[in-house]
Amino acid sequence: MKYKFNVSQLYLFLNGTQGRTMNQLDLQNFEINQLLESIYFRYGYDFRNYARASLERKVIKRVALSGLSSVTEMNQKVLYEPEFFNLFLKDMSVTVTEMFRDPYVFKKIRQQVCSHLKTYSRINIWHAGCATGEEAYSIAVLLAEEDLLKRSRIYATDYNNHSLEIAKKGSYAIDKIAPYAQNYLEAGGQTCLSDYYQVHQQTISFHSSLQDHITFANHNLMKDQVFAQMHLIMCRNVLIYFNNALQERVVGLFKDSLVHRGFLVLGEKESLEFNAHGKAFEEFGKNERIYRKKSDL
Amino acid sequence: MNAFIEKKATYKALVVGVSAGGLKALCSILPKLPVGFPVSVIVVQHRKHMAGDYLIEYLAKRCQLAVQLALPSQPITPGSIYIAPTGYHLLVERNATFSLSIDARVNYSIPAIDVLFESAAICYQHQLIGLILTGANHDGSLGLKTVKKYHGLTLVQSPDSAEYPEMPDAAIAATQVDHILPLSQIASFLTRLLMGDDHG
Ligand SMILES: C[S@@+](CC[C@H](N)C(=O)[O-])C[C@H]1O[C@@H](n2cnc3c(N)ncnc32)[C@H](O)[C@@H]1O
Repeated sequence: MKYKFNVSQLYLFLNGTQGRTMNQLDLQNFEINQLLESIYFRYGYDFRNYARASLERKVIKRVALSGLSSVTEMNQKVLYEPEFFNLFLKDMSVTVTEMFRDPYVFKKIRQQVCSHLKTYSRINIWHAGCATGEEAYSIAVLLAEEDLLKRSRIYATDYNNHSLEIAKKGSYAIDKIAPYAQNYLEAGGQTCLSDYYQVHQQTISFHSSLQDHITFANHNLMKDQVFAQMHLIMCRNVLIYFNNALQERVVGLFKDSLVHRGFLVLGEKESLEFNAHGKAFEEFGKNERIYRKKSDL
Repeated sequence: MNAFIEKKATYKALVVGVSAGGLKALCSILPKLPVGFPVSVIVVQHRKHMAGDYLIEYLAKRCQLAVQLALPSQPITPGSIYIAPTGYHLLVERNATFSLSIDARVNYSIPAIDVLFESAAICYQHQLIGLILTGANHDGSLGLKTVKKYHGLTLVQSPDSAEYPEMPDAAIAATQVDHILPLSQIASFLTRLLMGDDHG
């Protein structure tokens, strides 16, 4: 059986690898580099350290959505229109989150981390990259059930103000709740998630008794500093967006922020294996990606 | 024809998108890929996010090639089968490593076939083969179109051999695909294309 090849492949074969589209993609890469330089120069956000493929996808989508002809045209707009930059910033952090994502992680925190937290008279927790807040409310519920909430302060930070607004309100569409309630039970929940919120028509709002213990604030992991001593830091599914250099900066921040023997929880597919600061931590829960800062530092 | 035989060695990766009916379809292709298969195989199979992911184990038992979960920063090596983890989009970076994201669902799916295919097309360009299998939605048709745009080879399972023809139908409607193949012939097509006539 002989296989047919299409015309474009024949073209490429005859012309070597420097086909027209190759140049088009190289050009696109170059234009995106310029865009990121502009953003850094103009607004101080360094997206040059972000994983490139998903960023490129978002840039190309923004070009299409805004009816622009090229990344270079987008670059012009970003330089001269802060409003347009804000739009892009929003694109960059339209991410998805849920309550008690990976319930086994929360179960492990409940069963094995809380006993250590209990030894502190005041407990500081940092959720870095909290998105729209679901994870912060999850940990607040868990702490309430472990009778630790009243001495806890949860700092939930993100660099996306739009997400933080939603997080502060603490109200979510009611049709999202069923899987959250299921996750809650799998995470070792002791009552029913509905004990923690009121329902108004199509939304639910978490009780202010939870909210009172959460401070939502803007914090940019690219450039902001440590702001308090923490006993537990949760930064889940944020490092996947960063290249190695930025991952090292961020884990360095966490190391500096944690008390001796403090805990760091990463996302299911993240690890400290290749991080320069990795040796400052020991594995506490391998599957759960829970690390503990070593004391001899 | 010698020129084209030369050409076969230039493919570097095969991306596979599959949804409903996928386990059966994958099992009639992947186990038949022989040791020495010269490209990386990267698979998005739509499925729910959960703790225990049995797909890898299930396929690993049946395949001659190594089957593993695609994880961030991992170099993508030929002769391995990589499966997208659940609950994340899987992307190929321009330097042929994987990355993951939890961005909005695409075609109601995470991982989405379009996201893998479009990023892989940018990385591998004419050295990519895209393959769409059975499924009850339209994911993958834009991705396959992008594979074609950058001169990759586009393959679709023939709708009448698909448990759920909707996804192959959508892919065929969106792109002038290079080959439409019955499920039973896909593995041998690939091995002959990539390894020559004495295989497959
Ligand atoms: C996929 S969400 C993770 C949400 C939650 N932690 C979870 O695992 O479900 C990623 C979050 O990281 C945030 N993020 C990305 N870059 C950031 C940065 N430089 N500083 C702070 N937050 C950032 C995004 O805005 C987004 O809310």
